[in-house]
Amino acid sequence: MTTFFQAVLDGFAQGSIYALLALGFVMIYKATLVISFAQPALMVCGGLFAHHASRVWDIPFWPSLAIAVLCGAVLGMVVERLALRPMVGKPVFTLAIITIGVDIALRVLANRYMGADPRGVTYPNGGRRYEFLGLSISHQRLGLIAVTIVTVIALALFFRYAKTGLAMRATALSQETALAQGIRVGTMFALAWAIAGGLAAIAGTFVAATGAGIEQNTWIIALKALPAIIIGGLDSIPGAVVGGILVGLIESLTAVFQPDVAPWLGNNFALVAPYALMFLILLVKPYGLFGTKEVERV
Amino acid sequence: MTTLLRSAPSTKARTSTGVRGRPLLRTSYEQDLALANTPAKRRSMIGLIVASFVVPFLLTDDLLQVLTLGMISAVGAIGLNLVTGYAGQVSLGHAFFIGLGAYTGAVLGGDPDGSIVGYGLPIWVWLPAAGVVAAVAGLIVGPVAVRLRGLYLAIVTLGLVFLGDHVFREARSITGGPGVGRRGAQLEIFGIDFHAMEPIEGISRNQAQFLLALVFLIVFAILGRNIARSGVGRAFGAIRDRDVAAAVIGVDLTKYKIMAFAMSSFFAGVTGALYYAVIGVFEPGAFSLLLSIQYIAMVLIGGVATISGSIMGAMFIALLPRISQFIAAYIPGELLTVFQLEAILYGALIIVFLIFEPRGLYGIWLRIRNYWKGWPFSY
Repeated sequence: MTTFFQAVLDGFAQGSIYALLALGFVMIYKATLVISFAQPALMVCGGLFAHHASRVWDIPFWPSLAIAVLCGAVLGMVVERLALRPMVGKPVFTLAIITIGVDIALRVLANRYMGADPRGVTYPNGGRRYEFLGLSISHQRLGLIAVTIVTVIALALFFRYAKTGLAMRATALSQETALAQGIRVGTMFALAWAIAGGLAAIAGTFVAATGAGIEQNTWIIALKALPAIIIGGLDSIPGAVVGGILVGLIESLTAVFQPDVAPWLGNNFALVAPYALMFLILLVKPYGLFGTKEVERV
Repeated sequence: MTTLLRSAPSTKARTSTGVRGRPLLRTSYEQDLALANTPAKRRSMIGLIVASFVVPFLLTDDLLQVLTLGMISAVGAIGLNLVTGYAGQVSLGHAFFIGLGAYTGAVLGGDPDGSIVGYGLPIWVWLPAAGVVAAVAGLIVGPVAVRLRGLYLAIVTLGLVFLGDHVFREARSITGGPGVGRRGAQLEIFGIDFHAMEPIEGISRNQAQFLLALVFLIVFAILGRNIARSGVGRAFGAIRDRDVAAAVIGVDLTKYKIMAFAMSSFFAGVTGALYYAVIGVFEPGAFSLLLSIQYIAMVLIGGVATISGSIMGAMFIALLPRISQFIAAYIPGELLTVFQLEAILYGALIIVFLIFEPRGLYGIWLRIRNYWKGWPFSY
């Protein structure tokens, strides 16, 4: 039983990373109806910004995180301005493919910076573990969960009460109407990308702080946020959080139990388990758990 | 040859010069949709095919191999274009179907004495079988795809690639496992072994493989074009342009979407089988998301919903490593390696084409053609 709850706890921590990334995806999707395949690159870049601040400039962890978030947000805005703004009004598929192009190009630059060695971030007392009812969690993971919760609540408050948040919701609902109310729709797009870039940077920083650091193929992690947003529903913010946590849980639970329960699925099935879960959920609910069903009008 | 390229006419009006010496005058819809509906197209097509058969005797072996692989992947690009370009169903799962075809071909046509399972069947069995197995997989995925639209579909097919990647890695008895890999099918037709140094007296291996790939491409390009210009192709187009409207005018959405997936997967399957038979040894890591993106790039750079565009795109992508090597020579110092440059070119080219020439290389060709058609007048 302890194994089970330990797996749940680990899954929750890992799920926080997916939730942060998924939130970024949903943010961009709601504002521009585009799925940004550039998130993996933004995550890797965010992690590298934090690495640079932490290891090269010797800045403590939390300010490094802040620097990473800021740089990530700026990077997101730059990507939006250069690659996506000229394409407003083109089919969303075209835009999605363009983000793939951005992703490839950015990752080449990131790989160039990285070279062959993994790039980590120094986390104070990172190794310290807390024991509770036979479960154990490291200081880092606790920090990650705390940061995720704070971020999600802050975002929810922002969208609920801030004037800009309201403007963003209006833009998501209908760009034309929002424009007619005097909202700068372009700025809202940029803001959505900035938030997504910042969220990806938080995720990247914690990926760099925990475990192996950022390597050439760390970006694959970010792709697991894709099943998360599909499970939660593309246009639902709570869905992104729930989907992200679910993906983390399923991954951690399969990693612990699948080798004994279903060894025929092969080694490392945990890595692809989220995609299998996505297929199952889509068979039942084609628009995810919380997504809005598309209404057809002729 | 000339009569073959024209669709079978029964009326007297369809002579080679058209009605009363006006070759561009069409008196029926069939004429308009003929494979080569203008004399110029007919002539240039024959010219191009003849020229292609001469090419292997003019170029060096390494370039020939690049072109051979390009022609084989062109068939896969045509397949992707059927589902994504013509029917408008975005598929990032092409790598999975190519992988299925590759392993079906390798198992059925592989060396029976090799270390990994192979039955040594002739190409007449393994090539169609590879297509059929992939098409069946497409049929199975189809119903899931029918329920989804647009980007949901893109992500689900992306999931397919990851699941497939996992299966290929774990099925070691068939695929050899990551890092090890296995040999592809044996290439033997009419007793000619295309892996031998000199399959036919006086023709080298690369020349022979080039000719084989050329025949393969011509067959499947005509097949693809025929699908596109038939009722099925028009149904695909209707679904792409507006699925609700298509349903209203009587297009069975479920049937045609599943058909699109099955056909596209068939093309992918045969491509996979032949491609890796020519390459020789391949390992499961080959069928990753990157391969899917490469095929998407072929379609987008070549031209969406055009067969000739798919071929141009595939050749372009096949030549891209050559091009980046060429450019890398001009980039000073240690700024970028050839591989990094190639990756950046991928990304940049996709973006540039989508922004400046959404119709791809085919669109550029159209512009050149129309310019010379009206020359010396601007239109």
